[in-house]
Amino acid sequence: MSFLEYAPAPESTSILNLRKSYGLFIDGDFVDGRGESFPSINPATEKPIAEIAGANEVDVDRAVTAARRAYDSTWSRMSGSDRGKYLFRIARLIQERSRELAVAESLDNGKPIRETRDVDIPLVAAWFFYYAGWADKLEYAGLGASPRALGVAAQVIPWNFPLLMLAWKIAPALAAGNTVVLKPADTTPLTALLFAEICQQAELPAGVVNIIPGMGSTGQALVNHHDVNAVAFTGSTPVGRAIARSTAGSGKKLTLELGGKGANIVFDDAAMDQAIEGIVSGIFFNQGHVCCAGSRLLVQENVHDEVVDRLKYRLSTLRLGDPLDKNTDIGAINSAGQLERIRTMSEIGESEGAERWSPACEIPENGFWFAPTIFTNVSTSHRIVREEIFGPVLSVLTFRTPAEAVAKANNTPFGLSAGIWTEKASRMLALADQLRAGVVWANTFNKFDPASPFGGYKESGYGREGGRHGLSAYLQGSGWEAPAAPEAASTRSARKGRKAVAK
Amino acid sequence: MTRLTVPKTYKLYIGGAFPRSESGRTYAVITPKGGFLANAAKASRKDARDAVVAARAAQPTWASATAYNRGQVLYRIAELLEGRRAQFVAEIAESEGVTAAAAGAQVDAAIDLWVWYAGWADKYAQVAGNGNPVSGPYFNISVPDAMGVVASIAPQERTGVSLLGLAAVVAPAVLSGNTVVVVANEQSPLSAISLSEVLATSDVPGGVINILTGSPAEIAPWLASHADVNALDLAGAGTIGDGSAWIDLQIAAAETLTRVLPPVIGAPAPSLERITAFVETKTIWHTKAMA
Repeated sequence: MSFLEYAPAPESTSILNLRKSYGLFIDGDFVDGRGESFPSINPATEKPIAEIAGANEVDVDRAVTAARRAYDSTWSRMSGSDRGKYLFRIARLIQERSRELAVAESLDNGKPIRETRDVDIPLVAAWFFYYAGWADKLEYAGLGASPRALGVAAQVIPWNFPLLMLAWKIAPALAAGNTVVLKPADTTPLTALLFAEICQQAELPAGVVNIIPGMGSTGQALVNHHDVNAVAFTGSTPVGRAIARSTAGSGKKLTLELGGKGANIVFDDAAMDQAIEGIVSGIFFNQGHVCCAGSRLLVQENVHDEVVDRLKYRLSTLRLGDPLDKNTDIGAINSAGQLERIRTMSEIGESEGAERWSPACEIPENGFWFAPTIFTNVSTSHRIVREEIFGPVLSVLTFRTPAEAVAKANNTPFGLSAGIWTEKASRMLALADQLRAGVVWANTFNKFDPASPFGGYKESGYGREGGRHGLSAYLQGSGWEAPAAPEAASTRSARKGRKAVAK
Repeated sequence: MTRLTVPKTYKLYIGGAFPRSESGRTYAVITPKGGFLANAAKASRKDARDAVVAARAAQPTWASATAYNRGQVLYRIAELLEGRRAQFVAEIAESEGVTAAAAGAQVDAAIDLWVWYAGWADKYAQVAGNGNPVSGPYFNISVPDAMGVVASIAPQERTGVSLLGLAAVVAPAVLSGNTVVVVANEQSPLSAISLSEVLATSDVPGGVINILTGSPAEIAPWLASHADVNALDLAGAGTIGDGSAWIDLQIAAAETLTRVLPPVIGAPAPSLERITAFVETKTIWHTKAMA
């Protein structure tokens, strides 16, 4: 028995009390959807978990109407301290139900329980706790003397961190005084619906949070609804681009958190043990389904062979398999579609001449799986270097000088994240200055915190989530981003108290 | 006997030089009463693209100058404007058809605006950035960072903004380290070109501020869809076409997720928001450890 062979240690699913089917959560209640229902699948077994109601345009309108009513009649009239108390309640309920949420998330998404238990769910609670405290302190956020909510926020989130992305969207929106309609991803709606139950337990006023699962068309109807004031989207750059187009001229405040192709830069003086761990967590955390993943490894040429050898050894110790097993490092790919994308891109990598390597590892018979993969002998023109793969696939490039590292790191239309590994602080700071990325991790990677703004340059989107900056997406007027657009006369009549034209 | 005057040839300002439009085109600048003032260069798509190239080339050096230095460079623009106040007053009074007093007030406001923004260069980062108390042994700081190349449509109203409006869109963008391509007021472009003469003899490096004259309706779409433009200030674009043409510019900008600041009426008031609209927030994490 090798040191890698452990007896299975699966987390029990008995803590879950799932229903067979879930409706839409509108105006405080679960209601039937008028759209087509769909099953949410466990990507590790391909078995359905629950049947989920889908929202069509009528449902979207119902949800936005409920959110508007809640905004006008309740939420906008409530004191900031009471709004904060509701958010604190939600944070506590999430902590109390954290084990259950972690199991549900692993089941629905395919990510290892170790990650949902230790990263996703604790951060979800932290996010609500952090923004709860802002609700009655908005005038201190440096975003204007009397910051005011926008109204109804339309929010569309991805499948890679389902509940965490929900928290990133809902917590600041509610703290700033908005009501929300949120569409979870079609492959991972489960924890959003459990969150709806938590809203009920917290006795959050009806209509303040509305959750409407559905396909892309549901999200499209939501962001283009005439009565939403803010649109927040996390997902792919092509969809973000389409939303930027369709909301142009509408006066809706838009934040986009899109794709990335993060460079992880390793100098020859780096603390190598930590760097190897950082490279691994940078690209193999969450099966590489991370927009800020360090998918391009830039290694100083003289340590390339050493780094690649150590990386290969480390990868051969990773355990791929049952997401609910506490020993699992690499879980399932979220969907058949995503698996196909990763396979196709990896084949393109090979056909373009890069050298592919994966550790020998047993792939379970059912479910969607992809072994951690490294490409060496890669050039900057290769598609696997230029395009986001969103999977456990790392491309290794080299550089000789810091200037070359910067040039290569910035040679991408994206600008979300970057990593620097060096023991020389002055070099780290100089590099951090020059990297065109919204988040720079130095001697660490893939760290998140509600107090820390997150978001990209260039085609990685605009706006920031987290911290004081994250509030501005949901507040009028004074902000770190553009002042609100003049209202397009065709989309809505001037609402009471809203300025007609930006100054 | 009266002396025969020597009229000035008004040209574009790109990369610190004064080229004519590569298209060879000019257009007549007419006073509100219909009098001929001058022929201004009518910038083409190629001129706009050349200006973006010049702005991109100048950007890294400009951004790497110290904030103190950028502040002094901007302040010097105010100094030089003050020295040529009479010229600007005369030019504006004539081309906008306003009184000398009104023109004087505009020039004074423009000078004061450069001074106000100059002072922000080494301060805005302290207001827009912050340290973040994250849960863990990490140093974590958020700092604003220039976006890169900003393309702007200066306010286009017939009176009151030909110099002030241009300054009000350019100053807040460049102070943080962006470089700018700005389309001047179409009907009253002369003070913009005279401003470029000020810029050329000030300490502003060539390419940091590039000024195009001509038709915003014609040039703006090329700037909006240009992949090497990071942000688009549509301040004066609300007057293009039927007033909603700017939406098409925002749609074109979406192709590369170019940041867009929507139109305003008149010269935008000096504000911190106009500075922070053209910066990205960069957050840097570093581990803390005793060993």
